[in-house]
Amino acid sequence: MTLPKLTSSQIAWRAAQDIEDGAYVNLGIGLPERIAQFQPEGRTVTYHTENGILGFGQAPPEGEEDWDLINAGKKAVTLEPGASFFHHADSFAMVRGGHLDLAVLGAYQVAANGDLANWSVGAKSVPAVGGAMDLVHGAKRVAVITDHVAKDGSPKLLDACTLPLTGKACVTRVYTSLAVIDITDRGFVLRDKVPGLSVDDVQAVTGATLHIDGPVCDLNVPEV
Amino acid sequence: MIGGFGGSGAPLELIHGLIDRFLETGHPKDLTVINNNAGNGSIGIAAMIRVGMVRKMICSFRRSSNADAFNAAYHDGQIELELVPQGTLAERIRAGGAGIPAFFTPTAFGTDLAKGKPTQDFEGKMYVQERWLKADYALIKAESADTVGNLTYRMAARNFAPLMAMAAATTIVQARRVVQAGEIDPHSVITPGIFVDHVIDIPNPSQEEAMVRAGIVYA
Repeated sequence: MTLPKLTSSQIAWRAAQDIEDGAYVNLGIGLPERIAQFQPEGRTVTYHTENGILGFGQAPPEGEEDWDLINAGKKAVTLEPGASFFHHADSFAMVRGGHLDLAVLGAYQVAANGDLANWSVGAKSVPAVGGAMDLVHGAKRVAVITDHVAKDGSPKLLDACTLPLTGKACVTRVYTSLAVIDITDRGFVLRDKVPGLSVDDVQAVTGATLHIDGPVCDLNVPEV
Repeated sequence: MIGGFGGSGAPLELIHGLIDRFLETGHPKDLTVINNNAGNGSIGIAAMIRVGMVRKMICSFRRSSNADAFNAAYHDGQIELELVPQGTLAERIRAGGAGIPAFFTPTAFGTDLAKGKPTQDFEGKMYVQERWLKADYALIKAESADTVGNLTYRMAARNFAPLMAMAAATTIVQARRVVQAGEIDPHSVITPGIFVDHVIDIPNPSQEEAMVRAGIVYA
């Protein structure tokens, strides 16, 4: 059976709805970056990038890139009014010092206690950690955005990560292609699920118990 | 230590000058290079690796659009890798320049990158002890420099440069514009000249990302 699921853009759209007005936010490279495209109207969000910019905006038109004005994904960006530049130690003081409201990262695996694995697939690869291990400590909320299962169909949400950890007990919310799940003292708590799926359907592709605590909402996401 | 993050801030003219000297004289070699990345394309640090000057890379993120030079040397066992979380890398360099031999950070606690390092509880949370990083030389790129070594930087090309300037015994700067002392507003100085030893005037510096995209090969 093929489960109905959100597209990557729809997961990003859903995550964007939770970013409050006035927040300082760091978005990881790849899928998390797309969240910025779906920032709800009327909210002011200031984006931080590890390489020393607060207040960057969307990509410039092709041909107008300035390659000294890039984000951590090495993509060209623009500046919003009120932007600032700073060196790397100040940048990570913002990260570890608790000054960011939210960091959103990708994941290979997330455990029910909030452990995250997103930097190394084990001994065979050349690992690359970047700023992920810093970002998981310090931001007031650390969220993950990911497909619910890996490409081979195996669960990414587990009782315990099997891949090398990025951080212990650091993730507080997970946005997936099937659900929105909080991480609490009890473990995973299901908050939203794709319409047409039962709780059992989501549980069947999750590698740890999904607790129910209050109503489970339907994920009503527009085509984006 | 070599400044730059991805395609911004790399002091390419200084790096290529060093490669020229290595190709002519065989020196310097067996270098340990500290940079956020591990080279991109066939210029800059990637070219240093390709010609065989680099014995060890200390970096946070070795992937780039084209990290073939590093990957080939790594898989052949020609180069050693010390992987450091990016914020820890920045703070270790800052500490090196600030005379702080070690510090505690929450970053990497409970992970493979903290193995063998002392840990300690502070106010109920666990932290990892990290040590300073210092270097014999720093090569960095500035926008403006004056004759006493005060520096400004261009946009996000600043990244690690102010930290590296502090942490190296000898700091060598390439600047797009070299002016007389007094011509940079003291309010605008980012790196004070006390951290700078040599300034070289490079009026039209190469931009790494633009060169990689153009497929330029240095060595």
